[in-house]
Amino acid sequence: MPLINRNFVDPSDFTLDELKHVVNLGLKMYDNPMKYADTCKGKILGTLFYEPSTRTRLSFESAMLRLGGTILGFSDANTTSAKKGESIADTVRVLDDYADILVMRHPREGAPKLASQYSSVPLVNAGDGGHQHPTQTLTDLTTIQYYKGAVKNLKVAFCGDLLFGRTVHSLLKTLSRFPNIEFTLISPPELRIPNHLKIDIASNFNVKILETESLEGCISTLDVLYMTRIQKERFFNEEEYLKLRDVYILDQNKLTHAKDDLLIMHPLPRVNEISYDVDNDPRSKYFDQAKLGVYARMALISLLLGVCE
Amino acid sequence: MLEVTGIKRGIVIDHISSGKGLKIFQKLNLDKMNTPVVLLINVSSNRLGRKDIIKIQEHIDVDLTMLGLIDQNITVNIIEDEKIVEKVKINIPKKVIGLFTCKNPRCITTIDECAKPEFTLIPNGKIQYQCSYCEELTEYKL
Repeated sequence: MPLINRNFVDPSDFTLDELKHVVNLGLKMYDNPMKYADTCKGKILGTLFYEPSTRTRLSFESAMLRLGGTILGFSDANTTSAKKGESIADTVRVLDDYADILVMRHPREGAPKLASQYSSVPLVNAGDGGHQHPTQTLTDLTTIQYYKGAVKNLKVAFCGDLLFGRTVHSLLKTLSRFPNIEFTLISPPELRIPNHLKIDIASNFNVKILETESLEGCISTLDVLYMTRIQKERFFNEEEYLKLRDVYILDQNKLTHAKDDLLIMHPLPRVNEISYDVDNDPRSKYFDQAKLGVYARMALISLLLGVCE
Repeated sequence: MLEVTGIKRGIVIDHISSGKGLKIFQKLNLDKMNTPVVLLINVSSNRLGRKDIIKIQEHIDVDLTMLGLIDQNITVNIIEDEKIVEKVKINIPKKVIGLFTCKNPRCITTIDECAKPEFTLIPNGKIQYQCSYCEELTEYKL
């Protein structure tokens, strides 16, 4: 299934079969990484990170290095020409000559889409504001596939910041395309999913959605619990952040009512929304999720560069 | 009784909801035209009770998309030899480019002039448009 020279700015850029293909290749790479160690030899990944990132940037860099490729880029917009006022279009038109594939994170929503309109090489969205995070979605799908055997017939809950949480937006919309997925959305009223997303899902997909403020009230029914951080950087108002930051904390006590095969996920970084005592619970898979993310990104890079099919 | 005669050749923008005529007059930059233009406000109407009308004594390109955004009651009549030769019904535009900006302060289109958003009408009963870059909804207000 050739994905060569495609962009991946929004999960809907790929069909369901294409998403599954990336996930399956990622899992093959996870099982036998040495087989792919020279796949991207001679290729360069350019990382354009206009916003701080640890996990996503290093995950991409690790992915490219594990494929035998090399990397260049920046991780702080203040050290680039953007600081001098250079437009995204101009930056991309130069950097697409320096690298074979570009990865962009930007605080402005829609910035990677703009960049993809000017790039002559594949461009991947590594997170744009509170909008989308499609490679986290690939990571999440890979994790669900790995631990649940298939992405179907599941009760999935998202808990925390559903308004600004771009990982939630991307995954929620994408999971709506898979068969028989039911959603429970757990958040305070101020952090419910954006209206446009609710309208989009309601009008395009036949899925059940339950909105609630209580994690305790629904935890016993869930197959997957996707916890999220209340993101300080998304609030314009510190007072509002302080009011909401401790609203959901998952601990062992709450987990006593959960299913034995519950899959607990988190895109990380975590602050305090999952107690450290939960880390040793066999149902907690967020660190494995981060590990699988490297392989999901390896698969994506390989397919977009056309070095794997 | 105030009387305004018909025009020989030109355009009549009819059935404008009362109170919106002046805004449309301004949006179409009709004050800058060199040809006679009439704006009638609060005219009796069987259909609307009261309505506004604009008569332009020249054929100009009227931005129908913009009129559709402002008022879907409007009819645009093309006049030749004092007769209506064409009636154009206005609809809410499904796609809009360049007539308003995205309301989302975090959207790339608010700071980068290369990003020109295309807005798509959302079928939710309100006149709300989805930005092609950030996907947020913007409600058009005159």
